[in-house]
Amino acid sequence: MAALSIRALSKRYANLEVLKGIDLDIESGEFTVLVGPSGCGKSTLLNMVAGLDRPSAGTIEIGGRIVNDVAPKDRDIAMVFQSYALYPSMTVRQNITFGMECRHVPKAEQEKAVANVAKLLQIEPLLGRKPAQLSGGQRQRVAMGRALVRNPLLFLFDEPLSNLDAKLRVEMRMEIKRLHQRIGATIVYVTHDQIEAMTMATRIAVMHQGSVQQFADPDTVYRYPANLFVARFMGSPPMNTMPARLEAASDGAVVVIGAGRPDEVRLRLRGYDAAASFVGREVVFGIRPECIAEASRTFSSDAPVRVDAPVELVEPTGAETMVLLRLGGEPAMARISPDIRPAPGTTAAFALDTRRICLFDPETERLIA
Amino acid sequence: MRDRSFAPSRILIYLAVSLVAAAWLAPLVVVVLNSLRSNEEIAQASMIGWPRQWAWSNYAAAWSGFCVAETCAGIRPYMLNSALVTIPATIFSTMLGAIAGYAVSLWRFRGDNWIYGIVTLGLFLPQQMRLLPWTIVLRDIGLINTLTGLVLIHTIQGLSFTTLFCRNYYVAIPHELIRAARIDGAGFFRIFWRIILPLSGPILIVTVIWQFTHIWNEFLYGVTFTTGQQQPVTAALIALSAAVADIPQHGVQSAAVIIAALPTLLIYLLGGKYFVRGLTAGAVK
Repeated sequence: MAALSIRALSKRYANLEVLKGIDLDIESGEFTVLVGPSGCGKSTLLNMVAGLDRPSAGTIEIGGRIVNDVAPKDRDIAMVFQSYALYPSMTVRQNITFGMECRHVPKAEQEKAVANVAKLLQIEPLLGRKPAQLSGGQRQRVAMGRALVRNPLLFLFDEPLSNLDAKLRVEMRMEIKRLHQRIGATIVYVTHDQIEAMTMATRIAVMHQGSVQQFADPDTVYRYPANLFVARFMGSPPMNTMPARLEAASDGAVVVIGAGRPDEVRLRLRGYDAAASFVGREVVFGIRPECIAEASRTFSSDAPVRVDAPVELVEPTGAETMVLLRLGGEPAMARISPDIRPAPGTTAAFALDTRRICLFDPETERLIA
Repeated sequence: MRDRSFAPSRILIYLAVSLVAAAWLAPLVVVVLNSLRSNEEIAQASMIGWPRQWAWSNYAAAWSGFCVAETCAGIRPYMLNSALVTIPATIFSTMLGAIAGYAVSLWRFRGDNWIYGIVTLGLFLPQQMRLLPWTIVLRDIGLINTLTGLVLIHTIQGLSFTTLFCRNYYVAIPHELIRAARIDGAGFFRIFWRIILPLSGPILIVTVIWQFTHIWNEFLYGVTFTTGQQQPVTAALIALSAAVADIPQHGVQSAAVIIAALPTLLIYLLGGKYFVRGLTAGAVK
């Protein structure tokens, strides 16, 4: 059963179209992440699902029921906010029970529900405290407790980790994922952080300028980005993209970067039949940094492709060495072994994983193959 | 560390501050001293002078014996009138202003800024301009020369100020709090009562002090819309001066003025530090 169905949803403020006909179907138990840069409409979309904002057109269905005209409290949802939005004058316990109090749940039942949630989130010792006496991570946990205690059909998370420091963010990320695995809830999670999206989601909706660019599982989004925006937004550092030419070869096609230059790079493509119609034309060539490595890497292929490239900059991170190099004159980032440090200004040999290349149509910016 | 307390610039500053304070306090000192001098003493000497004999009886006379407009009960009944106007009008205008400020700051609705603008416009209308409209309103609803009429006027006039201050305080409250409460199932008044009101301490103290002092000290409406037994103490004090036109009773008059000023002085002494704190209080974190 679809827990959430969004049909042709749009939102217009005066002359500004914030959402342009969104269609999404989210299955029960899925962890869907809406990701995109700020201003892409992801939070507006979430607010409309919550009922805090009204769509200009289109429908929202939660659990098979159209909820366009249903008040937020009656939509069977719970929401976790970026600022946690804990009620400052209430204790943690009152924060968690406030919703039940509004719905006139009997006291005994409230007590039981608080005890369950407090145990699940390990916030039992905090129940008597006020939000001001809690640390960021504890507040986050209480905010989740307030959502969990409702046991709703749909959980909505609005950038819940953005206010935490980097270390705590990683911890809470794992905790939320573990929670999802344990209780199997349906979650719609908004973030601008593509790493959060990749690590937590069962499906990612990448949004840009008010529309969904791609809606797929994380591996697909990463391996086959639907267009140049997705390719450049997902991944850190992002996919290297550069203009190139597709030329015919005896057994398939060759992609040429920097054609005509003395240092032009020619890469033979195998298994890119979909690109046949682009032979003899310009394309945008895309390759992930981890698909460019030191020359000794084979990428478990019997015939690894090697190129010589000038090294411009070396950034050792400890876990790996990032290298800025030039492929046919175009800048590209490579991710190589941490113990290899090519000297800037020299030319070094690199291995390329040509099976994971992406080609895009330069006009539509869509993925060709 | 150098002791700066005797630096010449310091001394100059203290000197200037003392001068300003003396100028401000001089009238109060004269009134306080006169309230403790007998009429004869003031008449023989001048308006300014140290009491030769402490005339505490002035206070007793002013409180309950003195004659104002043919009744000789002192200013006590008029103090009661002022309290009966000031206390309800302060409570009503503060509560309504808090609710109005909460509505225009945290609930977006069509025309919210217009409503806010019109309500606060009242701050800039001179009092005299509003006399005639109020006369017509009070006459039509039959509240001329009643304390209830004054409560109504002060409640409504006070809304401009209380709405402005509460609204400016509430805009600092994160909207996500309201949204979270709406999802939790709370409505407009429950959110106000359970979430917003408990955060409002500092601003409510400011509005209560402000409203109380202004309504208590207000004179024009009191003297215009009430007569005789219905007057608040500010208006009665003038009647008192008129009643003693033949023999000036400066001692008793001074005592009456001090008594009339006591409630607002007390309110300020008790709440003054909260007043300053509330005015500067910002975001609720």
